[in-house]
Amino acid sequence: MTETGEPAEGGQRGTAAMLSAAQAAQPPPRAGHTHGDAALPGVWRLGVASGALEVKAFFRDKMAVAFIFGLPSILLVLLGSIFGGQAAAHGVTVGQLFTAGMIAGGIMSTSFQYLAISIATERENGMLKRLSGTPMPRAAYFAGKFVQVLMCTVAETLLLMAVGIIFYHLHLPTSPGRWWTFAWVFLLGSATCALLGIAASSVPRSAASAAPVITLPFTVLNFISGVYVPFNDIPHWMQVLGSFFPLKWMAQGMRSVFLPTGADALEPAHAWEHGRTALVLVVWLAAGLVLCAKTFRWQSRS
Amino acid sequence: MDNGAAVTVRNLRKSYRDVTAVDGIDLDIGHGEVFALLGPNGAGKTTTVEILEGFRRRDGGTAEVLGQDPVRGGRAWRARIGIVLQLASTGPELTVLEMVRHFASFYPRPRTPEEVIDLVGLAEKARSRISKLSGGQTRRLDVALGIVGQPELVFLDEPTTGFDPEARRQFWDLIRSLRCDGTTILLTTHYLDEAEALADRIAVIAAGRIVAAGDPASLGGRAAAAARVSWDPPGNTGRTTVQTTTPTRLVAELAREFDGEVPGLTVTRPTLEDIYLDLISEARP
Repeated sequence: MTETGEPAEGGQRGTAAMLSAAQAAQPPPRAGHTHGDAALPGVWRLGVASGALEVKAFFRDKMAVAFIFGLPSILLVLLGSIFGGQAAAHGVTVGQLFTAGMIAGGIMSTSFQYLAISIATERENGMLKRLSGTPMPRAAYFAGKFVQVLMCTVAETLLLMAVGIIFYHLHLPTSPGRWWTFAWVFLLGSATCALLGIAASSVPRSAASAAPVITLPFTVLNFISGVYVPFNDIPHWMQVLGSFFPLKWMAQGMRSVFLPTGADALEPAHAWEHGRTALVLVVWLAAGLVLCAKTFRWQSRS
Repeated sequence: MDNGAAVTVRNLRKSYRDVTAVDGIDLDIGHGEVFALLGPNGAGKTTTVEILEGFRRRDGGTAEVLGQDPVRGGRAWRARIGIVLQLASTGPELTVLEMVRHFASFYPRPRTPEEVIDLVGLAEKARSRISKLSGGQTRRLDVALGIVGQPELVFLDEPTTGFDPEARRQFWDLIRSLRCDGTTILLTTHYLDEAEALADRIAVIAAGRIVAAGDPASLGGRAAAAARVSWDPPGNTGRTTVQTTTPTRLVAELAREFDGEVPGLTVTRPTLEDIYLDLISEARP
């Protein structure tokens, strides 16, 4: 019995296609209804469509809009207003430091934090199990998540850049080199954080605990990575601890994009360390991929 | 390949650590049949169905669903089955129509989303957010998402648990209309009346085994079961009850004996519920 071949695709639809008494009262079968072979929809088309739907759901979700999308800008305005007037040295204002760091924090918020919470919720409320019971290709689910994360993260970054420009004298880079740095830090950082978010979604044991279980360590990470407090102002042991995680390097990369020339002298290493930043992010990207492959489940454990 | 049964199961086994959930089940479900798996909570219904849906791996035995081993069921196979699962009301911030459309897009030959929403009685809520639906409306959406792909076989696991009586009746009508379309339906339930009302055939499952199978009228030997004849003998000695396969003859004898009316005479046959309760109590360890 286990040696049966593939089911006859598209065949044997006679019974289901028969109109019943109940349906006969309804309009005649729609024109698009064919009885022959119909191809299963492609991964990319489904992925893009589901990504677009997820973006819509994201911006309708008050929790997501307030705590994922809005909070970094609110904190930037608060922190910038309290400490922003001070000059950090080398012609850099604290407001600029906060903006560059908060862009990195915002990227991680819409990628890591949101994905971890939303996927954990989908797993616990049965949505993942339900999707896995349909012919949706599993790759389309992840493609949809990446489309959603990319859209929301771009929007988040634009919002934070606008806040920085309006309030804190943030200057958009003018050299192609800096834009190139921005592009790879943004893409590598959001891809890494998205994968880590998918992996972290397996940690919470219930939909209700998803937000606190993910947000608490993420908040700590923001403090030790130079996002909520300038990196130079935190104790050495925190700097060392933060250096093990991707957010510190993303923030450093963003400072190299948005701060004036010479500001690298303010870094603990007195350099932007682009090579090391890329290396750390790629290592975390690989770790994220492995963790996702090993830990992702379509069903709740309970 | 599909000339045979829609579902064929032989000696299905599944254990969780030291607990045996399914202990050697055989099933044959024909195309177009409504089949009810009836049993108390913990009897192994859900485990059996989840193995057939491809959500769980079996420990032993064979299973074939629409000609395919569920463990190896690919996308083409999934397009031919429909699974009605219960979703918590905390769905995404999407409308009923958006959600049904999204699920329809997974299938090669879906029903039109509007038609399905109408079929489950949610037409007025098509543009409402899922999060705003009542419990009963959410369950209708569950059904809509399970059948939008126009499946040949639909799995319904305890679909009406928590329904009020009116909602259950409406749900039964929906199942009947699916059946009229020729859809094969495997339903689990612990409601006897539900199995009796909907199913062409019923299998009673208890402690991981099928203890009886048949159509509702003859399940567990119901049609041939002994009748109980009871009456009040004179002299206040208490009520007498006799089980007999020939109740008519006994009543005739009693009529002669009493020379007329037999005091307090009743003749009853076991209800489906009596049969069911006997079956599951015999199966208890």
